[in-house]
Amino acid sequence: MQDFGAAFGEAFRLLVSLDPDLVEIVALSLRVSLGAVLAAAAIGLPIGAALAVARFPGRGVALVALNSLMGLPPVVVGLLVYLALSRAGPLGPLGLLYTPAAMMIAQMILVVPIIAAVSRQTIEDMKEEYEEQLRVLGVGPSGMVATLLWDARFSLLTALLAGFGRAIAEVGAVIIVGGNINHVTRVMTTAIALETSKGDLALALGLGLILLGLAITVNAAVMLLRRTAGHAAFA
Amino acid sequence: MQLSPDRPARPAGTGGHVLPVRATGVTIRRGGRALLDGIDIGIEPGPLTVIMGPNGAGKSLLLRVLATLVRPDAGVVTWGGTMPDRGRAPQLGFVFQKPVMLRRSAIDNVRYALKAAGVPRGERDRRAAEALAAAGLERLAGSPARVLSGGEQQRLAIARALATGPEVLLLDEPTANLDPAATLAIETQVQAAHRAGTTVVFVTHDLGQARRLADDVAFVHHGRVAERTPAHRFFSAPSSEAATAFIEGRLIP
Repeated sequence: MQDFGAAFGEAFRLLVSLDPDLVEIVALSLRVSLGAVLAAAAIGLPIGAALAVARFPGRGVALVALNSLMGLPPVVVGLLVYLALSRAGPLGPLGLLYTPAAMMIAQMILVVPIIAAVSRQTIEDMKEEYEEQLRVLGVGPSGMVATLLWDARFSLLTALLAGFGRAIAEVGAVIIVGGNINHVTRVMTTAIALETSKGDLALALGLGLILLGLAITVNAAVMLLRRTAGHAAFA
Repeated sequence: MQLSPDRPARPAGTGGHVLPVRATGVTIRRGGRALLDGIDIGIEPGPLTVIMGPNGAGKSLLLRVLATLVRPDAGVVTWGGTMPDRGRAPQLGFVFQKPVMLRRSAIDNVRYALKAAGVPRGERDRRAAEALAAAGLERLAGSPARVLSGGEQQRLAIARALATGPEVLLLDEPTANLDPAATLAIETQVQAAHRAGTTVVFVTHDLGQARRLADDVAFVHHGRVAERTPAHRFFSAPSSEAATAFIEGRLIP
């Protein structure tokens, strides 16, 4: 228990003194996860909008598949990305394995289904409300999608934040494709796993506190966004 | 085609007339029942036509078919003698029973409709402001549309539908959820639009409202037009048994 208390003290010292190792790890985490979420948004939002608006045979199957993909186990995604990027794999020549780019790809794959599924639901609900009104105004299909995306922007932003939450907290995929290499691919979650197994609780705890703080910040941001949007009656 | 001089110019990017709006032999079946049963009706330029009938008669469905929101199982709808097309939709204003407010300010709701109708950017601000002023909503121009009261929302919905200068305005029981004062405001707004040259089709089951507004009454019963009579004759001497019973307040078979 004394160890524990000492570890906490040391963790706070690392935080307050902005320990360079700690800052480097946090910065890489943010860079990888933000990049992954932006890429996932570029892919997931159009998929969600298309599924919300289009009617085609097999749409039901696609929705079930999409919702199931939200629960993809990170280690499985890590394994598949590893196989694709490893030297013998189809994308091996790119030489991306054990780089931050590989970690971004893995997290992006984890986040795309979340963004696509949540935005599909959001946009479809709004389409239910808007569709006939937009049709009598003479708005065509592409104009309708643009209007729905714009008017649902606050809800869609919360989908992105949810995706970020999943990406930043995930360890299984990044440890496989990144390799947890010091100063190269070490992020908060992989560092916590490593330091804990080594018994260096101070750094692990410090990083853990930052992760917790991020989770609280993201959720507070979601709530604040909902509330301001609600007050302005834009949600 | 009677056009009054103060009517807004037709927006660019929309081709041709939508009047007369005509349904020929329109039938809609749901679950083995004919909700509309071979309806023929034509909306000619000019009068304020009230479509009346008891609940479930098919009045609202008929209006939605005329606006091509619902595709008939049999029969055809024509606008200005040809098949309807999206480019002419802004010529046909439509107001729903429950107004649909876009998540933006009141004036941006009107600007949106003007943009959809192909009105050039430079004209939108002026015409949106004029439309709000005509509806007595200029004070609320910057308010989010979704915090307006029910009556204000419906007035805004009508102002939005009128902003593009449509030939005809279709209204589906626009005052069904409103109190008497708000109802009066809507009726005044619709009558002003009619005086300014817009042909109007107004669906209601409220006899008093029909008396106040109608030039011409189409009585719908069991998915058919039971009669189409000028208002001055309809309320004193309707020709169909169903309309007679409805006006006398009897239950109709």
